[in-house]
Amino acid sequence: MINISSTIKISLRALRVNKMRSALTMLGIVIGVGAVIAMLAVGTGASRRISEQISKMGSNLIMILPGATTAGGVRMGSGTQPTLTFADAEAILKESPAVSDVAPVLNGVAQVVYGHQNWSTGVIGTTPGMLNVRDWPLVSGRSFTQQDVKSATKVCLVGQTVIENLFGDMDPIGQVIRIKKIPFTVIGVLALKGQTPQGQDQDDTIYVPVTTAQKKLFGTTFPGMVRTIMVKAKSGEDLASAERQINELLRQRHRIGPKQDNDFTVRNLTQFMQAQEQSTKVMTLLLGAIASVSLLVGGIGIMNIMLVSVTERTREIGIRMAIGAKTWDIRLQFIIEALILSLIGGIAGIIAGISSSLIISALAGWSTIVSPVSVLVAFGFSGFVGMFFGFYPAYKASLLDPIEALRYE
Amino acid sequence: MPLIEVHEITKIYRLGDIELKALHEVSLTIEKGEFVAIMGPSGSGKSTFMNVLGCLDRPTSGQYFLEGIDVGGLDRDDLAGIRNKKIGFVFQGFNLLPRTSAIENVELPMLYNGLPAKERTLHAQKALKSVGLEGRGDHQPNQLSGGQQQRVAIARALVNDAPIILADEPTGNLDSKTSAEIMELLTRLNRESDITVILVTHENDIAAYSKRTIRFLDGSIVSDEKMNPLPSPSRQGRGDERVPSPLEGEG
Repeated sequence: MINISSTIKISLRALRVNKMRSALTMLGIVIGVGAVIAMLAVGTGASRRISEQISKMGSNLIMILPGATTAGGVRMGSGTQPTLTFADAEAILKESPAVSDVAPVLNGVAQVVYGHQNWSTGVIGTTPGMLNVRDWPLVSGRSFTQQDVKSATKVCLVGQTVIENLFGDMDPIGQVIRIKKIPFTVIGVLALKGQTPQGQDQDDTIYVPVTTAQKKLFGTTFPGMVRTIMVKAKSGEDLASAERQINELLRQRHRIGPKQDNDFTVRNLTQFMQAQEQSTKVMTLLLGAIASVSLLVGGIGIMNIMLVSVTERTREIGIRMAIGAKTWDIRLQFIIEALILSLIGGIAGIIAGISSSLIISALAGWSTIVSPVSVLVAFGFSGFVGMFFGFYPAYKASLLDPIEALRYE
Repeated sequence: MPLIEVHEITKIYRLGDIELKALHEVSLTIEKGEFVAIMGPSGSGKSTFMNVLGCLDRPTSGQYFLEGIDVGGLDRDDLAGIRNKKIGFVFQGFNLLPRTSAIENVELPMLYNGLPAKERTLHAQKALKSVGLEGRGDHQPNQLSGGQQQRVAIARALVNDAPIILADEPTGNLDSKTSAEIMELLTRLNRESDITVILVTHENDIAAYSKRTIRFLDGSIVSDEKMNPLPSPSRQGRGDERVPSPLEGEG
């Protein structure tokens, strides 16, 4: 059996003799591997952004909306019939094991005044659980407490857009703002959240205790009414069971008979986002597949050059055969040569791919993520390409007739 | 047991519809330690015969025993193994690998029998020394003269301790002085190391170094004569004194 390290040495020498040719052959692989890595980096970056948006919105999120009214056979759409209460929210938290936190929502739009500034914004009456449900931390101050909710105190948490419009650079903590002319003390500042995937500014908001909203700001059609309830499941796997538990619990609480329709709707927001994430992943694979076509073309380039090389070195092959090289000695020599071409090309391609994805994120502002797996796969694939396209020329070389080969000029 | 025993070997080449009989029922025995010259005009079948002896080609019919082994029953890789261990080739055009140092050229046969690198270098140095090229190991073929290149080729043929050297017109590309040096080297190897040398030549004064001359014509052996080569190591005389075979000229 042939000595591998000596064969590598022989191959390297053969490749050095034709430096330009070897470099150009490698270039095909460099472009192929580089394109695969860069395309996968763009795709991975895009799907990472979507999952970030999911986690910004609050992960494992379920929305409960009130049901639709039917007036004379005309169905009015979901949310027209207020059926949900603060007590429903508390019951869900207490009785559904798959639920980690709950936030009832009673919201409205209100004019907010501070000093000479005024601003119209969305005011949300809720519970302290909201910050957990939406994974939304405070940057300063404190959240309101269950005690604040119980006694309907006039305190509020403000979002970044509101601060910008009312306070400018001033520290808003402890300041008193008027919402619908009622004074509220600012006790906490919400962290910057950014836009929803639909472009809505999530930072243009004020949180107040739900009871305060019910009694002082928006009023209720019946005691304890809330518009929606947001629920956070314990984990992604718990989403389905949380949904089922909420359905059962609310049907029971709302005394809905077995044949009656629900007077509420349970919606799983995360599922929608996950579908979007899935489609991005498909796009990533598609981009990678297109890029790998260029890797294939690079492989054909290797085969082409190896065939030329076998013809050029017919005499050398004849000498080696006369001296005692066996079939696989000759084959290995050429396969290793093709492998070296493709692996060096692969390494250069990894460098090219990483640097071009850095350039893409710098110029186009897209987030790109080079995953170690994509690097490994691209490198492994380039090795496979070298082996695959190197085999035929090597096979051809090994079948030469030694006498003919020795006579070849 | 003879070293080489060839029995009624026939080789036919097919070129389209034409059949070309290169060898016709050739039988021959060569003992260990012989120095044989094979002569004949071009097209006489001597090169085909050498290729068969060197296990580079298979006869169409007939049997070839090398050290008692029936070579006809061996496959391609087994034949490569025999070429590697039993036969050293010396060619007219030297056939060294270009851009490869002398010592690496000499190491080549050992590459194919799996010797570790250290031993390869050691053996190659020894072989280069025995052909008088000590210290030239780093030279590439194009930095060496024709005679030196042929010495490298002989070192390559020796390095696996093969019992047979097959030389196909080894002096064909060399001037007469260098030719004599190469022939003396082969004679010395034959005498001192008991290596069987079989060479093809069409020059009588080269054949004169041998102890036995076999002449081919039209694919058959027409004469096979043993003689005592002149004892002097340097021999400038021509080999014309040999009596031509009575069969010569027969078509």
